[in-house]
Amino acid sequence: MFKSVKINIYFIYGLAFLIGGGLLYGVGLLLEKDKVQPARFGFGRAARPEEITAWDIDVMPDGRGLPAGTGRIKTGLLIYQSKCTSCHGHGDKASLELPGGPLFLDHPTEKTKTIGTYWPYATTIFDYVRRAMPYNAPGSLSNQEVYDLTAFLLFANKVIPENAVINQQSLPKIVMPAKKRYVTDNRRGGNEIR
Amino acid sequence: MEDDKDYKISRRSLLGVAATAAVVLVQTSVGKVVQAAVPQPLIIPPDPTKITGAGPSLSGQVSTFEKSARLTSATASRTPLQDLYGTITPSALHFERHHGGIPIIDPQKYELLIHGMVDRPLVFSLADLKRFPSVTRTCFIECSGNFRNGREEMTPQEICGLTSSSEWTGVMLSTIFREVGIKPKASWFLAEGGDAAVMTRSIPVSKGWDDAMIVYAQNGEAIRPEQGYPARLLLPGWEGNTCIKWIRRIEVSDAPFMTREETSKYTETVKGMVRQFSFVMDARSIITFPAYPVRLERGWIEIRGIAWSGRGKIMKVEISVDNGRSWSQADLQGPVLDKAHTGFRYLWEWKGNETGIMSRAVDETGYVQPLYEDLCKARGSKGGYHFNPVTQWRVAKSGEVLLGNT
Repeated sequence: MFKSVKINIYFIYGLAFLIGGGLLYGVGLLLEKDKVQPARFGFGRAARPEEITAWDIDVMPDGRGLPAGTGRIKTGLLIYQSKCTSCHGHGDKASLELPGGPLFLDHPTEKTKTIGTYWPYATTIFDYVRRAMPYNAPGSLSNQEVYDLTAFLLFANKVIPENAVINQQSLPKIVMPAKKRYVTDNRRGGNEIR
Repeated sequence: MEDDKDYKISRRSLLGVAATAAVVLVQTSVGKVVQAAVPQPLIIPPDPTKITGAGPSLSGQVSTFEKSARLTSATASRTPLQDLYGTITPSALHFERHHGGIPIIDPQKYELLIHGMVDRPLVFSLADLKRFPSVTRTCFIECSGNFRNGREEMTPQEICGLTSSSEWTGVMLSTIFREVGIKPKASWFLAEGGDAAVMTRSIPVSKGWDDAMIVYAQNGEAIRPEQGYPARLLLPGWEGNTCIKWIRRIEVSDAPFMTREETSKYTETVKGMVRQFSFVMDARSIITFPAYPVRLERGWIEIRGIAWSGRGKIMKVEISVDNGRSWSQADLQGPVLDKAHTGFRYLWEWKGNETGIMSRAVDETGYVQPLYEDLCKARGSKGGYHFNPVTQWRVAKSGEVLLGNT
């Protein structure tokens, strides 16, 4: 009898300890919650529409970001000859080491990575040429020059015929030959070799 | 004996030391003009305890006796993995890859613009970024085009020197995301650099919420210019090119932008198909000692190297000293960090026989670094992006160590 009472007392002590601990933990959580970062800090300043426009130069595959304009293949050829050939060659130098690699080849193979054999979207040409080319004068081309070069490069890669019209509406609609080869990464970790 | 050989100083390095000595003298004693015109001959004192040394300086330099350097090309430089100790890459030796050179950006004028599918398009100055709660983490950055072979005489630096590990400090991108308010339908964002390439990559918004950071510090100091000063994107475990340096703009959208760097570059052909958006760096390891051009001497050798995985922690590294017939577990240097270079060691008694030694990493997902032949078979190619095979070192009877898998 005496023994069982003693046990009960210890049991009650234990229970009180657990409840007390639980309460402390609960209060701790509440305090911790106060330390969680606010929804917003209010740092930074609002972006002005004109500064967004000035920097927002990307062109998406669906045509978002493309300016108005029409590319002229013949003018594009002239621009290419004066500003691009030194690094990218003129379709006939597959064997030579070109600093920028060939963008089109007279005799492409499955393994060449020219625009016609490897690039999945035509809009990428416009975006990239406008933002980063030519290498020695990046970002120096006008939208018209970029349109002309884009039209010429598509023609030189035999993606479009000589009479094709390249503009804001038609460029996103071009289906590039390599598009069908593109697959999204399927590696997932674990016991695999992919 | 060994020391004598190492410390023999060439005429060229003598001149290098001489210049340093002259600067010290300029500051302490004689007239500037005289000292600048007449370089002092280097004196390596036979007993350094008998000559007063140089005083303190504003910023320290590595010892003039140390020759560790990056290996440069026109657009990249490689980390001398074989010269490093531990797992932190000295900032000065972090690999580089840039597409339009290193821009000069005034930190006072630096701004990061975030717009697109957000509630509040905002512009942050560098000071703004530093006001946010900061986070420090150690992780590697590796270029996905980090595999070279083709010659027997290749160092770890030449084979895979486009990986480096640093302690980065900055703000979580998720903190910035909450600040601007990401629209529920947003799925991708464009990260754009302020360099001459105006480098761009499309990144899933989920990575932004997960562990992406905007970092402004590396190994305790401001990020080096070649690493993105004053701020870069850091995507732990993902290919280096996605960690946009000199980041100036983030545009949140509902589709990938299909930039040049995620279509015509940084994609790999796998059996005729083109694999795209392969962001994560698979587990890899390399023995950095012994490696070419080291010449082995018989006896006990501590095989050393590094292992890393973009999917998490390294679980184990296995070593073979009999050309792949048997594998034993190496000791890992703790603490083993998530997505960070991890040091390994293995004691081996070389008895002078010809053999091949190699390491293979296993990460916490159970992924096992593949052998060269197996990876070639799975890819249908002998190289390209994300090529992470086991590196085999052939040990000749002479003690020469040469690259296998050539």
